[in-house]
Amino acid sequence: MKPHHGAHTSNSYIGAHIERVEDYRFLRGEGKYLDDISREGQWHAAFARSQIAHGKIRSIDVSKALAMPGVRAVITAADIEGDIPTIPFRRPNPTIGPYAQPIIARDKVRYFGEPIAMILADSPELAEDALQGVVADIEQLPVMIDCKRAMEDKSLLFDVTGSNLASIFNADKGDVDAAFASADFIIRDQLSTQRQTALPMETRGLLAEWDAKNGKLTVSGAAKLPFFNRTTMAAMMNLPETAVDYIELDVGGGFGARGEFYPEDFLVAFGARKFDRPVKWIEDRREHLMAIGHSREASCDVELAFSKDGVMLGMRGDLFINIGAYVRPNGMTPVRNAAQFMSGPYRMPAIHIAAYACVTNKTPAGTYRGPGRYEGNFFIERLIDQAAAGLGVDRLEIRRRNLLTHEEMPYPLATVLPSDGRADTQCDSGDYRVCFDACVQEANWAEKSKLQGKLIDGRYHGIAIGCFIEGGASGPQENARMVLEKNGDISLFAGSSGIGQGIETILAQIAADYLEIPMERITVFHGSTNLLKKGWGSYGSRATVMGGSAVIDACKKLLALFRISAAKRLGVEPEAITIAEGVARLADGRSVPLAEVASDHLEVDGSFKNQTPTYTYGSAFAHVAVDPGTGHVDVVDYVVVDDVGRIINSMTLHGQVMGAAVQGFGSVFSEELIYNEEGQLLVGSLADYLIPTASDYPVVRCVSMEQFPSPTNPLGAKGAGEGGIIPVGGVVTNAVANALSSFGVQPKTLPLTPSRVWEMIEDARVRA
Amino acid sequence: MKLPQFDYQAPTSLIEAVALLMAGKGDARPLSGGQSILPVMAFRLAEPSLLVDLRNIPDLRAIEVSAAGVRIGAMVRWRDILDNAQLKDALPLLPEAVDHVAHYQVRNRGTIGGSLAHADPASEMPAVALALDAVIEVVGAKGARDIAAADLFTGSLSTSLSHDEIIVAVRFPAWPATRRYAFEEFARRRGDFALAGVATCYDVDAQGHAKNVRVSALSIADTPIRLKAAEAAIEGRAIDADAIKAASAAASAEVDPAGDIHASARYRKALVGTLLGRALTRAAARTAR
Ligand SMILES: Cc1cc2nc3c(=O)[nH]c(=O)nc-3n(C[C@H](O)[C@H](O)[C@H](O)COP(=O)(O)OP(=O)(O)OC[C@H]3O[C@@H](n4cnc5c(N)ncnc54)[C@H](O)[C@@H]3O)c2cc1C
Repeated sequence: MKPHHGAHTSNSYIGAHIERVEDYRFLRGEGKYLDDISREGQWHAAFARSQIAHGKIRSIDVSKALAMPGVRAVITAADIEGDIPTIPFRRPNPTIGPYAQPIIARDKVRYFGEPIAMILADSPELAEDALQGVVADIEQLPVMIDCKRAMEDKSLLFDVTGSNLASIFNADKGDVDAAFASADFIIRDQLSTQRQTALPMETRGLLAEWDAKNGKLTVSGAAKLPFFNRTTMAAMMNLPETAVDYIELDVGGGFGARGEFYPEDFLVAFGARKFDRPVKWIEDRREHLMAIGHSREASCDVELAFSKDGVMLGMRGDLFINIGAYVRPNGMTPVRNAAQFMSGPYRMPAIHIAAYACVTNKTPAGTYRGPGRYEGNFFIERLIDQAAAGLGVDRLEIRRRNLLTHEEMPYPLATVLPSDGRADTQCDSGDYRVCFDACVQEANWAEKSKLQGKLIDGRYHGIAIGCFIEGGASGPQENARMVLEKNGDISLFAGSSGIGQGIETILAQIAADYLEIPMERITVFHGSTNLLKKGWGSYGSRATVMGGSAVIDACKKLLALFRISAAKRLGVEPEAITIAEGVARLADGRSVPLAEVASDHLEVDGSFKNQTPTYTYGSAFAHVAVDPGTGHVDVVDYVVVDDVGRIINSMTLHGQVMGAAVQGFGSVFSEELIYNEEGQLLVGSLADYLIPTASDYPVVRCVSMEQFPSPTNPLGAKGAGEGGIIPVGGVVTNAVANALSSFGVQPKTLPLTPSRVWEMIEDARVRA
Repeated sequence: MKLPQFDYQAPTSLIEAVALLMAGKGDARPLSGGQSILPVMAFRLAEPSLLVDLRNIPDLRAIEVSAAGVRIGAMVRWRDILDNAQLKDALPLLPEAVDHVAHYQVRNRGTIGGSLAHADPASEMPAVALALDAVIEVVGAKGARDIAAADLFTGSLSTSLSHDEIIVAVRFPAWPATRRYAFEEFARRRGDFALAGVATCYDVDAQGHAKNVRVSALSIADTPIRLKAAEAAIEGRAIDADAIKAASAAASAEVDPAGDIHASARYRKALVGTLLGRALTRAAARTAR
């Protein structure tokens, strides 16, 4: 076994800059996505969705739709026997039970876009035509779209609960009242981030096939969580788990939203089983915007306490998270995360944060890359810059003074209750000043600081820096099965799933190093439940750390079997053998290459268990220029420096960091899911939901370090897929505030649309 | 967002195309680049029973430059306009404006005739046609006629064309050598429909004063509009900082835009003035050809 730190042998894939194996397929147009597969005789599904945000269903008449050409069947709640099943929670807690989402609306609709009927027809076009034939008679109820209003309102989404508050998470640490009582300086603000969605380029899609003879259901189109969804589906279908398979094809992005269990997952499978026909559904973009999980709609009223020299003493306040109409499987994660991770990389001795999860008549929320952490980071970083100004302490100094150091590791964050299984957590390793100093250096802060607030060629320049931690390596376990093929090549079956992040490359690199064979000899298969008995998937920045560590375990086991097989062939004790570069050798010069023992059918199951998250940490710098005439903000320079414990592949790593940063610019400037007072979503296409395009943000620079390996796993690696997005809201907004300091502009609300930026300047001018 | 059912014809003559539109009684629509009509149909905002594709009709793709001016066939694509070397001299405001239209893929298909007929108040071409006194040549069941740009646009996505009329070309008067011009718009991302935009041009007389000042605005009302107060504010004046300021203020004062999810009314009102100021500054800085 080759040591995994430092040593450079002929085989050193880990840490290299390696192009993604899967790109050959993608760039040649040879990727295979759900819409690339079809089955003989399949029916196509289309969903009739409520156009009313809140109402009592009087009747749903589908007779017109049924009579339309090519329509085979229409499913409504009336076709479901007994209670309408609800979608199970991934992370249950004591109060959310009644807020689970039924797979189809029966008595009540609670958001614009809620499924009320499923059409099954011969083509997707005919299915869509028939939507016009679904006539819903719905009695309007008062609509609530605002979180705080919903908390006060007498009008309830769920009569049985008597409240529009699904849960309150409390994050606590130390004696916060004492901290505030002893403070020299307190800064308080009300801030908010807007409702968004993750927006994978490939919308959701499913193909469900029922094998009546064997009582077996196969669902293609898996992503993120194939094994959890298999368990869920089996339970809801009343089938043994072994009777359900989830098949993963190429996936056009996940970002936390795609691959969760949604109402359509059940309905498509239900249709396939009921009519014994393959049923295919591809979500269209308008539907996607109203149906897939939303996220990020959060506001706060929070204060920070400081000593006069800028040392953080405590943090307290309230967060209000608008989770939409139901609690979906992962709906509480952003809420509890915002509370727990708001203190981020800073030494915060005392904390009390209450995070309120309120239900409203909007699309139910879920996770989006850096869930809760992006929101919390925006809040605290805005407060820190304002505190620096108030205290007269330099913006660099106030951060540096409060960043955690190596000596303090592991460092506990606030405890969050009610527990969803993750009440306590601690930062694992690192010296958070290291990335900070490197970022200051890389950004050339000393030079750039001369630009602060300056008007140059008609634009105001501003800079800012912000710091973050990213939770990764979500537990509990990951598995990998490894098979030695006849030709001596290795097939690796991973429980992790591929959502575009490059795991075929990463896992092959790791396996190649540990087996000491060329990477080309390893083929990675992933994400489907028929590849191995148990797996988990890709969420919470986990595939490299958890999946990679499971691969290491499999490699060790395979090498052990190789040793035994080789020993048998050579007629010696296994201990007499040394294995290097895929060959078993004896001191006398005799040897057996790996391929030669293939006839022994070597196959192993590797796994890795770990409930301790990793925390990648870093700092980000932004330099912006604001055009006061149009309100346009140009990101002139953007630098991210992070420490990921151990770099497996700098190319895929920087792809993650850069992509996340640019995605974050979309969050700061342009993406917003806007509703009117009637609860109708006003954003219906990508002409209105403005994601960044290739030419919008040309400058993002990434520097990655591996100063402090994580003690939680054999690789020493940390999850790194989400960190890039976490600091963007705070650092860019602070840079804009810095640019507009001559006007005293203090942005409180995202996104910073041109219109909003201009209005802030204009209002400040009028005030002056 | 899947297309509804429709029939498709690709006639080889204008007469045939007009006959098909006439027979369709308003339920048939011409198809040019398809970059507007197909999305509209996919959203089920229109469900014509027949699309009459103009692609096989000869003579709709020419760009003719003469002493009398410029004539551009209805099927000329954005891409053709940007690639045409003559237009950079003969009608420079047009390519400057078209440079803001959409993205490569859309420019490779979208046409000038389709844009005028679609009459999106946020699109560039209608505002340019208005500023330059373009004449739209159409052929319909009642024969051929010319429509002044000012008479074409009757509302958001609506025109004075009757359902059987096809735009065949657009004519622009000759471009004087002393003309100054600029096009400015602001969109949230490059290639998006603008939050507001202005096209302006004027001729410079012997005294260095602006004559025949034209200012038109897009994305500010139901149709492209001339900003006549802004024009009047600088007509006959030298285009200096004061004049530009006056035009800018007049432009903002005379418009009454609506707010939407992308920008407030107040912002758009100010933006028109800002953009006109920038346009005039650039125009004035241009040297004579
Ligand atoms: C992503 C995207 C971005 C875009 N951005 C912009 C932009 O920034 N600025 C902009 O101006 N446009 C933009 N467009 C629209 C694009 O420029 C359109 O192509 C153009 O407006 C219409 O031209 P077309 O040839 O595609 O027309 P079509 O879509 O074929 O037709 C449009 C309408 O005009 C009618 N029609 C077409 N040709 C004729 C004719 N010769 N006579 C009579 N009626 C006719 C059709 O029946 C239909 O009603 C964008 C489009 C897309 C998809």
